[in-house]
Amino acid sequence: MTELLLNLENVHTHIGLYHILQGVGFRAQRNRITLLLGRNGAGKTTTLRTIMGLWPASKGRISFAGTDIVGRSTSEISRLGIAYVPENMGIFPDLSVKENMLLAARNASRVTDIDQQRLEWIFELFPAVHQFWNRPAGKLSGGQKQMVAMARAIVEPRELLLIDEPSKGLAPAIVNNMAEAMLKLKQSGASILLVEQNLQLAREVGDDVAIIDAGRIVHTGPADECFARDDLLKTHLGLALCP
Amino acid sequence: MNRSDLMPLALLPILMGCAYLAIGNPAAWFTLTIAGVAMGMIIFTVASGMTIVFGLMDVLNFGQGIFITVGAYLSATVFASLSGYVVSPYLSENLLVILVAVVAAVAGAGMSGFLFERLLVKPVYGDHLMQILVTTGGLIVGEEIIKIIWGVQQVNVALPPFLSGAFVIADVAIERYRAFAFLAGALVFFGQYLVFTRTKTGLLIRAGVHDREMVEALGYGVRRLFVATFVSGCALAGLGGVMWGLYQQTLVPQIGSQMNVLVFIVIIIGGLGSTGGALLGAILVGICANYASFIEPKVALFSNIALMTMILLWRPNGLYPASAR
Amino acid sequence: MTTSMDWTRLISRDRPGSRLLIILLIAIIAVLLVAPFALTGAKAISICVKIMIFAVLVASFDLLLGYTGIVSFAHTVFFGIGAYGVGIAIIRLGASWTSLAVGASAAIVVSVLLALVIGLFSLRVRAIFFSMITLALSAAAQTLATQLSNLTGGEDGIIFRLPPALMPSFRLLDTKIFGLTIDGKVVCYYFIFAMSVTFVLALLRIVNSPFGRVLLAIRDNEFRAEAIGYPVFVFRTLSNVVAAVFACLAGVMLSLWLRYTGPDASLSFEIMLDILMIVIIGGVGTIYGSIVGAVAFLVAQGYLQDLLKGASAALGSLPGIGKVLSPDRWMLWLGLLFILAVYYFPTGIVGVLRRPARRLDSSSKPSAKERLSIVYRWMGRAR
Ligand SMILES: Nc1ncnc2c1ncn2[C@@H]1O[C@H](COP(=O)(O)OP(=O)(O)O)[C@@H](O)[C@H]1O
Ligand SMILES: [Mg+2]
Repeated sequence: MTELLLNLENVHTHIGLYHILQGVGFRAQRNRITLLLGRNGAGKTTTLRTIMGLWPASKGRISFAGTDIVGRSTSEISRLGIAYVPENMGIFPDLSVKENMLLAARNASRVTDIDQQRLEWIFELFPAVHQFWNRPAGKLSGGQKQMVAMARAIVEPRELLLIDEPSKGLAPAIVNNMAEAMLKLKQSGASILLVEQNLQLAREVGDDVAIIDAGRIVHTGPADECFARDDLLKTHLGLALCP
Repeated sequence: MNRSDLMPLALLPILMGCAYLAIGNPAAWFTLTIAGVAMGMIIFTVASGMTIVFGLMDVLNFGQGIFITVGAYLSATVFASLSGYVVSPYLSENLLVILVAVVAAVAGAGMSGFLFERLLVKPVYGDHLMQILVTTGGLIVGEEIIKIIWGVQQVNVALPPFLSGAFVIADVAIERYRAFAFLAGALVFFGQYLVFTRTKTGLLIRAGVHDREMVEALGYGVRRLFVATFVSGCALAGLGGVMWGLYQQTLVPQIGSQMNVLVFIVIIIGGLGSTGGALLGAILVGICANYASFIEPKVALFSNIALMTMILLWRPNGLYPASAR
Repeated sequence: MTTSMDWTRLISRDRPGSRLLIILLIAIIAVLLVAPFALTGAKAISICVKIMIFAVLVASFDLLLGYTGIVSFAHTVFFGIGAYGVGIAIIRLGASWTSLAVGASAAIVVSVLLALVIGLFSLRVRAIFFSMITLALSAAAQTLATQLSNLTGGEDGIIFRLPPALMPSFRLLDTKIFGLTIDGKVVCYYFIFAMSVTFVLALLRIVNSPFGRVLLAIRDNEFRAEAIGYPVFVFRTLSNVVAAVFACLAGVMLSLWLRYTGPDASLSFEIMLDILMIVIIGGVGTIYGSIVGAVAFLVAQGYLQDLLKGASAALGSLPGIGKVLSPDRWMLWLGLLFILAVYYFPTGIVGVLRRPARRLDSSSKPSAKERLSIVYRWMGRAR
């Protein structure tokens, strides 16, 4: 029933002299939302960046839809069908929302070249994008920027979205919208690898979980099972959940 | 570019006003200002390419001056071999020779820039120390090659009739070439503005200046974009070389590295990666240099360093830094 | 036992790290020590002095490039300040030891202030500003030195006398020693020798101090160093000041020997290129490299220029070749050599000498190993 989309095996990453990822291995299935959880500094962002080819993996295998992607350039990896929404959202502040979206459509040289139906659908998912279409993206609020960042990731159909802490610093109402949007995205057939510190959001959307601690994966499994285990959450996420 | 921060623009009237008080002679002041603005537009032509190259790939080319020299000398060669057209009283023939010179300079500088990128810059991406060392070496080698091809003696360039002399507006003489250089520089700025706002490549470059990794994560190979930008930057330096050579009317092999010092000051003042900042910085540097060479010629270069120092005191990143890195 | 302890303390426990290098260094020092007696000819002696001056100048540049990770193009400015400081003071105050001291001290004060200001303005934001600003400054200093002709003698520079004891007409002893008249020139030679040894040892001391270790930490990962709590900007600025002081002292040595100073002798871009060349050839981030590199480069320079002269004379009739091989095109070859050295010889002589030593002697001191990995890291591409 489930189909393997992304597979990391014993991935090591060095940043300069520092050995950050020390054997990361987990899988993400197609059409599911996989959570990558861990404390601050555990290596979540580094994992996403390694998948994206922004840090070179010094050892290990990463395969995406059956293709080995270690050593490929970031742009190649992106063209294989992985979109990335970084922690800082990666918005181009000098460019308008429209221009941000245009850049995300690789084959479009004008906005009219973008698939209009898809654009309508995106506007529905993220109304802010439509509302501030001609505004410089740098002038938007944090939540609106996050919407633009997510919208930008799906302008072209991508099989896998890597999303890094989308709820960081956002108001609870917006976080709810975010969760809704992600579930809708899943319905439309997308798969998501989500890094999230907001357990509520994680719980709401997550199907599977991988927990990372000090550069190593310490637990993988279905989300409901993981969230039921207080010990896991306590030791590796440093959290005591209040019911 | 589309920022609403207008404070730095106030520097222009402030500098002009102070100079006016120091010079005290309106006609001289006006002539110097015109000369300064014209010089600024030429510096801008070179600096705009370089600042984008830096913003996009974090590559700082200490050898950029060589492309200025290549442009200046190539245009001098064109002028010398088509001297009949240069002195011709017909405007069309004058313009033709200028066009040929510009094409030769832009093509020559662009091609040598491509070679420079392949041979010297490409192997040292991401390593400032190595970049500085290697491109400095490239500058020296390039300058020596210029000396081998064109000799060490200075080369004179004559202006065509329609560009020599001056016209007088309300008692103030404005040299024709300065007005021409101003127009040419303005054209370069306007052209860049169109590219950066109306074309997808321009948008990509602006986006890349801000966040190269994100542009890659959207699926674009920034390397190729960068090579194209680098070559364009060198071509712009070549164009700047033509303009600067005609401004000076005498060429020496060090012409490029001398100007490069001013270009660096402009880039720092303007803020790395910012075209608009480069324009403002270039005009500030141009007029400051001209005022200073009138008031106290011995310290002309120091006046620009002093200007830069004061601006860095106010804004440590330059006036309009575009690159977030 | 105790003597060996004392020796390593003298070199701040920073062992050369290779037997061959030790032999080489001892040989160099020995030759420099006996040169006035053993070598005949003004050219050989002047190469020896140049080696001693450049060893200091380049070692101080290595503090910046190799230990702090910044490139200064203003190193010649400080060199020039030292040289001009002595010259101007002697011209104004007379040829005495006092004016020598006044000139040198004033030069050091100016250097410290200037280096401080440069650092404050350029290192605050990003290290690359520093290179750009120092380049502008060195161009400005060259123009200034030629423009302020009543102070600096303009293009021609200034010729001056030294305190009598350092002048060639002075006789320290009435008798010859090993056939050499001990005149003021010989005294001056050994004075410079003593300065050179002292200053290089002092720099070795500095890079091996806690301060030097912080610099290395910053160079290797600025972000990390700042996070650990070292104010990167302050350390870099201090390093710039220290390097400037030693460059200035090298300038003092230069003017002592030449009794002359001018823009070409101390401020030119050619000298800057010599410094870069020597630091790369010798080995970046080693200090010892400055000594070995200075010897290799300056001796080769002395001969290569002759070689080019001969070659262009022999082949000058062939079209084009003569131009390329002309000694006037010395910088072409130097530039090419420099680029090739940066690419293919980034560890320099010291790096090459140390490499086999590590393989053979796996139990070498951690400090040597540490130093090695730094050299390798500096090679860059191991990112
Ligand atoms: N550029 C860098 N240089 C050195 N260390 C880094 C760098 N980026 C991240 N690190 C280190 O890597 C570890 C993992 O970081 P990261 O992946 O960002 O953690 P998180 O799980 O919070 O996203 C941290 O200890 C961090 O200090
Ligand atoms: Mg993170």
